[in-house]
Amino acid sequence: MDIASYLVFFLVMAGIYAITTLGLNLQWGFTGMMNVGVVGFFGVGAYAAGLLTGPDYPDTLGGLGLPPVIGYLGAMLASGIVAFVVGLLTIRLRHDFLAVATFGIAVCIQMLAMNLKPLTRGFDGLHSLPRPFASLAATPFLSNLYFLVMVLLVGGALLWALERLVRSPWGRVLRAIREDEEASAALGKYAVSYRLQTFVLGSMLMGLSGALYASFMGFVSPQDLLPIFTFQIFVMLIVGGSGNNFGAVIGAVMIWALWTLSETVLGAFLPPELERQASAIRVVLVGLILVLMLLYRPQGLLAERRKISASSSSRSDKT
Amino acid sequence: MMQLLVDGIVAASFITLGVIGLSMVFNILNFPSFAQGDQITSGAYMALAIATLFGTVGGPAGGLSVGWCITIALPCAVVLNALLALIIDRAIYRQLRLRGASRISMIMASFGVSLMLRNVIVMFAGQDPHFFTFAIQPALRIWGIRIAVNELIVIGVTFVLVLCLHLFLSRTTLGKSMRAVAENPSLARVNGIDVDRVIQWTWIIGTGLATVAGVLLGFTVQLHPFMGFELLLPMFAALIVGGMTNIYGVLLGALLIGLVEGLTVEYLAPEYRQAAPFAAIILVLLFKPHGIFGEKA
Amino acid sequence: MTETEPHLVVEHLVAGYVPDVPILRGASLNVNPGELVTVLGPNGAGKSTLIKAIAGMVPVKEGDVRVSGKSIRGIATHALVGAGVAYVPQTNNVFTRLSVEENLELGCICDITRTRERIEETYRLFPDLARLRRLAAGRLSGGQRQMVAVGRALMARPGLIMLDEPSAGLSPKMTDMVFQKLLEVRAGGVTILLVEQNAKAALAICDRGYVLAEGRDRFTGTGAELLSSPEVGELYLGSKSRLAS
Repeated sequence: MDIASYLVFFLVMAGIYAITTLGLNLQWGFTGMMNVGVVGFFGVGAYAAGLLTGPDYPDTLGGLGLPPVIGYLGAMLASGIVAFVVGLLTIRLRHDFLAVATFGIAVCIQMLAMNLKPLTRGFDGLHSLPRPFASLAATPFLSNLYFLVMVLLVGGALLWALERLVRSPWGRVLRAIREDEEASAALGKYAVSYRLQTFVLGSMLMGLSGALYASFMGFVSPQDLLPIFTFQIFVMLIVGGSGNNFGAVIGAVMIWALWTLSETVLGAFLPPELERQASAIRVVLVGLILVLMLLYRPQGLLAERRKISASSSSRSDKT
Repeated sequence: MMQLLVDGIVAASFITLGVIGLSMVFNILNFPSFAQGDQITSGAYMALAIATLFGTVGGPAGGLSVGWCITIALPCAVVLNALLALIIDRAIYRQLRLRGASRISMIMASFGVSLMLRNVIVMFAGQDPHFFTFAIQPALRIWGIRIAVNELIVIGVTFVLVLCLHLFLSRTTLGKSMRAVAENPSLARVNGIDVDRVIQWTWIIGTGLATVAGVLLGFTVQLHPFMGFELLLPMFAALIVGGMTNIYGVLLGALLIGLVEGLTVEYLAPEYRQAAPFAAIILVLLFKPHGIFGEKA
Repeated sequence: MTETEPHLVVEHLVAGYVPDVPILRGASLNVNPGELVTVLGPNGAGKSTLIKAIAGMVPVKEGDVRVSGKSIRGIATHALVGAGVAYVPQTNNVFTRLSVEENLELGCICDITRTRERIEETYRLFPDLARLRRLAAGRLSGGQRQMVAVGRALMARPGLIMLDEPSAGLSPKMTDMVFQKLLEVRAGGVTILLVEQNAKAALAICDRGYVLAEGRDRFTGTGAELLSSPEVGELYLGSKSRLAS
């Protein structure tokens, strides 16, 4: 692959993951909800897009052959609905229970993807998924390029919208909820409703990114729903700066760069039989980065941009 | 029906041995460790490595399907795995504690530890399954129920260890200190209890039991890098269903989850095994958030 | 222990939870061996913080704390027992999930061999507890819990015992009983530092007292002196009257 193709491919993936990370940032960075099931919502979006836009697969319910854009919208709807249901069940939970519950959901979603063959084609996955503007592109490179432009536009628009959202009164309520779980419990149903909104919105972004992924790759299978994905997104957010939308994007680009570069570097140095080991090394590397960031720079590269609130004065009241 | 019950108890045994450590860490260190499953895996692989070092891994001995080398490998693995856990705590969790890190950060760190452990194992042992032995497991038929000798050992060992745990917690000073720290660390300090020492023993005991779970799982089924991770959701389920603060509730929770898993596998499909613990978690969190045997905070 | 050196010395203590916001601003007090000294003051004066600062649970910025001449400023809380100091917190001062007897046992970890005999002695001092020994401490009434807390503190045979508002939440009758027990404890030679909200009851049993206000010791004297002091009365009741009416 020449440099230009490589770069385009890299940027598309980075952009897709940036959108996922922005979704997590909304949930965790801004509202303090630890969603350990990111890959689940990503997967729901990917499969929804696949079922809506894929060709008519034999023996399955899916494959409606609709245009890709419908797939993207459908993905957002599907992941939003799943998030709504899940949210209703789990939104009142304390951090650690929410983490466990969302973890369980992702496991279940992967399990369903693997086994609900009439819907998902199980291990074979959904193939031949279309991209928008496919007919306009003369070469694969151009197709990738158009896709990149689309991802950048969509990502940029989302970033702008999220920044506006976060500075709005709605955004301030979110931060208040994040800061003090007990105080927000006193807010009662309002806190619950806000958290639910954020949860659904963030999950819709994750679903969208899943749909974009499926559309770009043209293929989605249960292999795309491994827990390591959730982990990668968390690392992206932590490295970039949780609570900062630009941090989310930068973190995504950096970690994706690290991931792909390490693949190239290790591939150059290690013989191909050790490919499995090589990918394991990469995971250990990313894990190490996560732990080091948590220890030495928990606020991330781009720390959250906000004034310290007046909450610090309340601590002296404690006896 | 009885067969289901027995199979469920065998499944529950692995969950039990693993969830004790999870519960202790949760109550004393205040966060659910996502790395607990992988500590089971690391224990199993450590035992495998040591057993391989000492010679025949295979050879059946005395009616069991595993060789005598396991009697050396197991204690060595327990010690090594506990040591590893202490190092991880010292290097990572303790540093986070000293910096006043939030529970979420601890959870995230444990996620990182989980992935690192698992993948270091893949680095050295690859993704393919390993076995402690290639001999066929002898099976018995007691009252019409089919049970492998290995499975009997699993149940027996678990029972003995749980009994020891009970005696430990109710009769020994360290055990009572652990219960005290789990409830109120500040008051424990006022009493002269060194909470840092208690934390160390928490890791030692929890990881030791996880190692046993790993070895038992290894020679009852097989070893593979995800073997412990697959137990994570059932362990969480047992913890939540049983009521997090009550260790005996948690043990009962493990039994329940094991049985429900068995039922799911039998009446639904083996692939949907993970659905059972998850459904249990959701049901309990909805209707009895403190668990069946837990108490309100 | 020399004649001149008090058992507990607190010298110009400046302390608080947040470094820039000190709650104690130069508090000082002495407690002589075998004395029962009470620390009083309005809410927010820093009484609880004082005890916690002595116990190493609140960071100390300036000043010193000495027990039998040895400085324990900034001591690790779990080393208190070893230094001969027992502390009974105001709330959450028993392990509710452990039995009464287990609570007492935990008080004596530093000297395990003597546990059995000391438990029996504790039951002699608090006969009610003997009856309740197997019960989980969480099932006891407020007054009974206070007995367990004090009994537990005594298990380590401390030279000095510090109590934070033991009468809180107790009926007057229970308060009387608790305070009677404290007098019995003092009779056994234990030095007592008693932080209290219930000024009248505390002043009635103490040898000496200090009144804290705004993080400093404002008044000191014998129990009788403080009871009849108009300034102390004003601090509590807002007008020139006396606590002892």
